[in-house]
Amino acid sequence: MAKLSFQLNADDFLPASASEKESLVVMRESVGFWKDGFRRLKRNKIAMVSLVVVILVLFISFVIPQFYPYTYEQQIRGSENLAPMQYSQTELTTMETGGKVFPHILGTDNLGRDYAIRVMMGSRVSLVVGIIASVLILFIGSLYGSIAGYFGGWVDLVMMRIVDMIYTVPDILIIILLSVAMDQPLKALAVKPGFQWIQVVGVNLISIFVVFALLYWVGMARIVRSQILILKEQEYVTAAKALGASSGRIIKKHLLKNCIGTLIVTTTLQIPSSIFTESFLSFLGLGVNAPMPSLGSLASAALNGMNSYPYRLFAPALAISLIILSFNLLGDGLRDAFDPKLKD
Amino acid sequence: MDEKYLVEVQNLKQYFPVAGGTLWEKKVVKAVDDVSFGIRKGETLGLVGESGCGKTTTGRSLLRLYEPTGGRIFYGGEDITHVKMLPYRRKMQIVFQDPYASLDPRMTVEDIVGEAIDIHHLASSKQDRHEQVLSVLQTVGLNSEHANRYSHEFSGGQRQRVGIARALAVNPEFIVCDEPVSALDVSIQAQVVNMFEELQEQMGLTYLFIAHDLSIVKHISNRIGVMYLGHLVELADSYELTFHGVHPYTRSLISAIPIADPKTARHSQRIVLEGDVPSPLNPPSGCTFRTRCQYADDRCAAEAPKWREVSRGHYAACHHLEKIN
Amino acid sequence: MSGYLVDIKNERLSFFTPAGEVKSLNDVSLHVKEKEVLGIVGESGSGKSVTAYSLMGLTAYPGRLIGGTLAFDGKRIDQMTEKEMRKIRGNEISIIFQDPMTSLNPVYTIGNQIAEAVLLHTDKTRAQAAERAKELLTLVGINEPEKRLKQYPHELSGGMRQRVMIAIALACEPKLLIADEPTTALDVTIQAQILELMMDLKEKLGMAIIMITHDLGVVANMCDRIAVMYAGKVVESGTTDDIFYRPGHEYTKGLLRSIPKLNEKEHNRLIPIEGSPVDMLNPPAGCPFAPRCKSCMKICLREMPEYTDLSDTHYSACWLHQKAEFAAARKHPAGIDAQKAGQE
Repeated sequence: MAKLSFQLNADDFLPASASEKESLVVMRESVGFWKDGFRRLKRNKIAMVSLVVVILVLFISFVIPQFYPYTYEQQIRGSENLAPMQYSQTELTTMETGGKVFPHILGTDNLGRDYAIRVMMGSRVSLVVGIIASVLILFIGSLYGSIAGYFGGWVDLVMMRIVDMIYTVPDILIIILLSVAMDQPLKALAVKPGFQWIQVVGVNLISIFVVFALLYWVGMARIVRSQILILKEQEYVTAAKALGASSGRIIKKHLLKNCIGTLIVTTTLQIPSSIFTESFLSFLGLGVNAPMPSLGSLASAALNGMNSYPYRLFAPALAISLIILSFNLLGDGLRDAFDPKLKD
Repeated sequence: MDEKYLVEVQNLKQYFPVAGGTLWEKKVVKAVDDVSFGIRKGETLGLVGESGCGKTTTGRSLLRLYEPTGGRIFYGGEDITHVKMLPYRRKMQIVFQDPYASLDPRMTVEDIVGEAIDIHHLASSKQDRHEQVLSVLQTVGLNSEHANRYSHEFSGGQRQRVGIARALAVNPEFIVCDEPVSALDVSIQAQVVNMFEELQEQMGLTYLFIAHDLSIVKHISNRIGVMYLGHLVELADSYELTFHGVHPYTRSLISAIPIADPKTARHSQRIVLEGDVPSPLNPPSGCTFRTRCQYADDRCAAEAPKWREVSRGHYAACHHLEKIN
Repeated sequence: MSGYLVDIKNERLSFFTPAGEVKSLNDVSLHVKEKEVLGIVGESGSGKSVTAYSLMGLTAYPGRLIGGTLAFDGKRIDQMTEKEMRKIRGNEISIIFQDPMTSLNPVYTIGNQIAEAVLLHTDKTRAQAAERAKELLTLVGINEPEKRLKQYPHELSGGMRQRVMIAIALACEPKLLIADEPTTALDVTIQAQILELMMDLKEKLGMAIIMITHDLGVVANMCDRIAVMYAGKVVESGTTDDIFYRPGHEYTKGLLRSIPKLNEKEHNRLIPIEGSPVDMLNPPAGCPFAPRCKSCMKICLREMPEYTDLSDTHYSACWLHQKAEFAAARKHPAGIDAQKAGQE
């Protein structure tokens, strides 16, 4: 025999209306793929710190030089080889007479160029090269990998053997050979109208980009291919086929879209790798042309004077390390946040 | 080729290569081995069987989602075994079993349902497409509020409705229902089964309804085919098959199903089959069912039974039909 | 409390996940007598599996028992330490799971896994345990037991693996066997074999069984008593005949109306239960079934219904049972309908 443990009145036993019932069924707030991923990213403190560092680095490399009083190629007579925060005779005189001279935070080099701005510009060049190279790798690699993975069979076989062969090619050798081989033709091309930018960028840098496009995309291709191999067995791909979707449509709209997490992460991790390669090449003298600085060429030039002017080596080396570390940590954090396997 | 059938398969074979085997003799698993049946317009043909029987593969081969190893497929009287399927994809659609795996997790409901409209160019403008999608969603009991959400935000039953809406978006004539309710909760299964029936009445659809649950198949189908290890063993009208089934496998299948009625359960005589389903990689010779059949003899091992008409519209393949009945 | 093998009173158990508190069990009470077969019927989110796991002490972090008592054979399970629980698990209470493929360790032989159960709880030697394993394989109807002992799980079919699971569970002749959807993943002809085996063993070994399933056919054939669960609560409990022929709760009635019956001669439209299962992160106040109930009243939306005894063996949690008494007592217009309802 049930006992009523509280007061009820008879109205309670009247039927509930449809709207009253519906109000109880609330759909949970919509959380999309990006929101969910970023929510997870925010919880990862190391990744957030790296993100801040990356933003800071980008700011310093791209924004600050616009407002900086010195340019990277500007040679100031009389201000050669200044130590950090040191002023030259001329500058001191200017300051005594009331003029303002912006301090050389990192001193100047042997040609009187402000070192701080050169390091900042060097970072910019390294970042631009790194990002452009990574984007090139993203497009070529994902296209190649998705075709090989989707079609399978002998298409896959042939394409992946080509990848295997490319892996064995010694990249530094190819870069050197290419820059030597492309030197004359590009110089001839550079004088033609519309191709002036080749002189600015430099033959060496172009050969680096060409080599990246030829060789470095294979890692991305393998990763994308393995993702595609798994995804194409998913039932929604069969469903798309049953609707009449063409292979191109399936690859573009279903397979690659579901790889985006992986693509972003791999690209983010590719950037420091490209930057490192470029620095390394510039260090060897195969990078950008003087007077444009790159972190690698700055480090290379600073080697000679390492004992007298150690800061000239430390500054670019520190910048390279910081950029690469922060991008790597950010990439790791992105992978943890967007990895579909960890989602459940 | 029979004019009265909308969909027909003749001697359909679907073999899949498997690893192992030598250069001279490739190993295959005969998922579907010489299956023939026809479905009339407006009819529901049910296909039942246990794991490894080939019913799902039959449904998919029929739609040429796998390229058949042998046999012929007819639609509306035309041989479609080797033609380009794109125009037929508008008329022949499929609803899948797993509402979690069959919807792209990165697409909104609107895009999922609208994809077929895009592929077949059925909409004249973005607005037109949007309206068509909403209209289909309404047919399955969803509304515009659901259109912008992602599939993972819905329950199993709702996702299955999205899958059905996707199949209906092109206004098909024939739908292969591949275990559409097996992955759903019991209380939701009835909703979806009813929806299938209502849609059939409203739109004059023809179904091939594949499931392992004979109770549901009997409820929704006009005729039922029973499959075992790649072969059709019996085909008859639903009522006829359930109460007057002749093949030993059919009868043990029916008696194995626990009836949700305690009094009947207490009095029922169960035919419990011995042993397990043989591996499809190594099917028994002759009649594939003989290893578990209480009536099997030497003839069953030597010779595969022929498909024959037992009574009007009722077919079976067994050497000992007269003895059993 | 006295006389029951299993006595669960007012159990409350929640899982504390990053997404929020999932109130899996919200005041669950049930009991099992010795040698009895209790069926727990429910759908996803009903809490039927969680109830069984809590009986075995397998609902550790992030799950936590937040109320109620669990007693087995007179002992308080909820107050036991992990060490004490381990003595009971596999020994006095055993469990078999739904998917035999993932419940058996793929790298150990069958013989090894059965013997492990014996060695953990008895003082037998390895040789004696192997002998016992052979006995058990014969008991569960596996022929050629010597050969099978040396085989690995992947070499056996689904039905055989489930028999092995049963053999492991019975190794120490438990007083209670919990079967969590043991045949859901099996073909129907194999299911018939396994269910027959289980009933056979129950007679031979004199053990009680808790059969957890969503299949009403299975409980009709196997169980003495049935508890129907919905959204973490036992909404109705009674003998098998009570539940099938005199269902009290609207949910039970709905379930019975919505399943197609194989032995029906005519085609009758199924009467489904409208709506979707409850979101356990956001259960409604009041009766969890209210939004889907045809007879929902205003009180159902506000207050959780109390249990009403419908007979000595049969009770159900629904405000409709009290509508008749209440209205009759108050002579309210609602009482006229209620009296009609009381006669249903």
